[in-house]
Amino acid sequence: MRVLVIEDDRETAQFLHRSLRESGHTADVAGDGDSGLALAREGRHDVLIVDRMLPRRDGLSVVQTLRAEGVRTPVLILSALGEVDDRVKGLRAGGDDYLTKPYAYTELLARIEALTRRPAPEEQATRYSVGDLALDRLSHKVSRGGEPILLQPREFRLLEYLMKNAGQVVTRTMLLENVWDYHFDPQTNVIDVHISRLRSKIDKGFAKPLLHTVRGAGYMIRDGAD
Amino acid sequence: MGVFALVAALVVGFIAWRANDLLTTKVVETLEAEVVGLREQYQAGGAERLAAIIAQRSGEPGSGLYLLVDPSGRKVAGNLDRMPTELEGAAAGAVFNYLRRLQERQAAESRLAVGVLLPVPGGLTLVVGRDIEDLSRFARTMGQLGLWGVGLLALVGIGAGLAVSRSVLRRIEAITGASRAIMAGDLSKRLPLHGSGDELDRLSQSLNAMLARIEELIVALREVSDNIAHDLKTPLNRLRNRAEAALRDPVGAASYRDGLVKTIEEADELIKTFNSLLLIARLEAGAVAESMAPVDPASIVADVSELYEPVAEEAGLAFETNAVGGLSVRVNRELVGQAVANLVDNAIKYSRADAGSYPDASDAGPDSPQGADPPSQPVSVPGSASRLGSGNGALRPKVSIGVRRAGDRVEIVVADQGPGVAPQDRERALQRFVRLEKSRSHPGSGLGLSLVAAVARLHGGSIRLEDNTPGLRAVLTLPLRPAAATAGVPLSTGAAAP
Repeated sequence: MRVLVIEDDRETAQFLHRSLRESGHTADVAGDGDSGLALAREGRHDVLIVDRMLPRRDGLSVVQTLRAEGVRTPVLILSALGEVDDRVKGLRAGGDDYLTKPYAYTELLARIEALTRRPAPEEQATRYSVGDLALDRLSHKVSRGGEPILLQPREFRLLEYLMKNAGQVVTRTMLLENVWDYHFDPQTNVIDVHISRLRSKIDKGFAKPLLHTVRGAGYMIRDGAD
Repeated sequence: MGVFALVAALVVGFIAWRANDLLTTKVVETLEAEVVGLREQYQAGGAERLAAIIAQRSGEPGSGLYLLVDPSGRKVAGNLDRMPTELEGAAAGAVFNYLRRLQERQAAESRLAVGVLLPVPGGLTLVVGRDIEDLSRFARTMGQLGLWGVGLLALVGIGAGLAVSRSVLRRIEAITGASRAIMAGDLSKRLPLHGSGDELDRLSQSLNAMLARIEELIVALREVSDNIAHDLKTPLNRLRNRAEAALRDPVGAASYRDGLVKTIEEADELIKTFNSLLLIARLEAGAVAESMAPVDPASIVADVSELYEPVAEEAGLAFETNAVGGLSVRVNRELVGQAVANLVDNAIKYSRADAGSYPDASDAGPDSPQGADPPSQPVSVPGSASRLGSGNGALRPKVSIGVRRAGDRVEIVVADQGPGVAPQDRERALQRFVRLEKSRSHPGSGLGLSLVAAVARLHGGSIRLEDNTPGLRAVLTLPLRPAAATAGVPLSTGAAAP
């Protein structure tokens, strides 16, 4: 995918540029808000990574302008400001996701990949399936190999989010944000315990595990070998 | 000041004029009454009778003034010597001067009188008058006194005005001086108070309260930076040492890799600590007040319980939720959720067998590396369970979380059966960066409980630590939203502000 990085810190921009290339993506870099806005308007990018504090035109204004002009490219806002209110402001300005500096590259990658995969609201599937695991979003039923699996409501939402992003890494923070709606860092790895419970329900007793742990990054649900 | 004197003079002048006028009118009225009487006498007995009465009345001591003259101008009766010229042609009566001899052979004294002149049939003319010399003297004296009074009043007024304005100016000057000193950096200085409790004093008082709050914030900020210096430099140094050691290691690539992994872990810990510090500082500055909304505390507790219950079970603990629903608090759900999560996190951590001592908030360090799954086998019941009071080794230690109402407050209670905190250490445990174990070997920034305290304060609530016999009970108190107080006992008076 083609990524536009609007970031004024040269070293960060270069790091992102190189890392994204290594992950198999192309990246363009703009060093200030105005040139970033000009590049983003061309509509050639699949996702924008916008720093909040930029010279000439701040990141929120870039996003607001793009949205006002009807540019719908997904935006990940990067910011050193990470408090609740800042995040709300970022999302209200038209950002699709918000990541606080400093961040792990794996976290950023997982998030932009999730953003580019995000289907438009009207085409959201009512049924997800990965291998022989199926989830019906309307009837809230889950089955594997035709056998029904009983899940707690939160487990259902957890599986739903994982299956929506099937084949992609989902980080613990993403799960906490999207499944529990919490944006803080829990001290204990609570997510791991929930994943482990879910795993025992959907993978236990089956030859082929579907829910994988991605070392150093998070989790992924997919049909296929590790 | 001039305006004041002018107004006073006008008032006194008006009173004097009115008094004079009133006296004259009063006298004229009595005269007219007497004239009516005399006319009746004349009608009854003619000129002779009139003359006789006048002669009689003239002789009475302290009497009025009378004069009856015939057409030729000759005096028939009365005590006036001659016809006062001032009265001629004056229909309603007038003021005139006459001469009066107090004693024989003394110089006559000119006195003031009011009189009316009326013609009597038969060509006679009657003058009836009253001496008003004394009255007029009295009025004059009053007028003079009034003038003196006005003068004195004006002087006192001007003097007092000058004194007041000078004292006010001096006090304002003192306030200016004090505020200059404060601006120059002496934040402990306060504006001078006069002690009178007047407007200026009240202004100074509220400005002083503001200064106290500013100083408090500055001191808190200074504390934060001191603590950053102290507690962030140590891990930074550790991080640096590790990188250096990895570089020096002759083994090469493998050691580099290991060193880098550890370095990133340390960096993550540092970031967490730093984030908590910033969050606490922002909360104490009251920065997130706008994002508050009414929430049922039971729903917050249910969410956190749901998040942590599996963790507690994995750790071999019993987990119990006991929340009264239907209450409402005005909070930032995320922050209170985080605070409650911190409490539950601590409760679970210290209920484990290998628990250190409270408070040791941030974990997730080396003992739970990223990417590794937690143990899927429940941790064996802690060896400490048997000394947890019940004496029943088979009973799992319990972590419980509940919501209850206490008057106009909501209490969120998180209790465990771990080692607890000694009473003398409880207050200190809530302070920033305090970890009660002396060695800093246990991971954690020590910010967990101080974050809870900051969240509580932000919402107008508090946090207290109690003995759970055994274990620790943390009680997070939040003000109940008065309007929504529908559940439980009726709301007491003096409900918390929304």
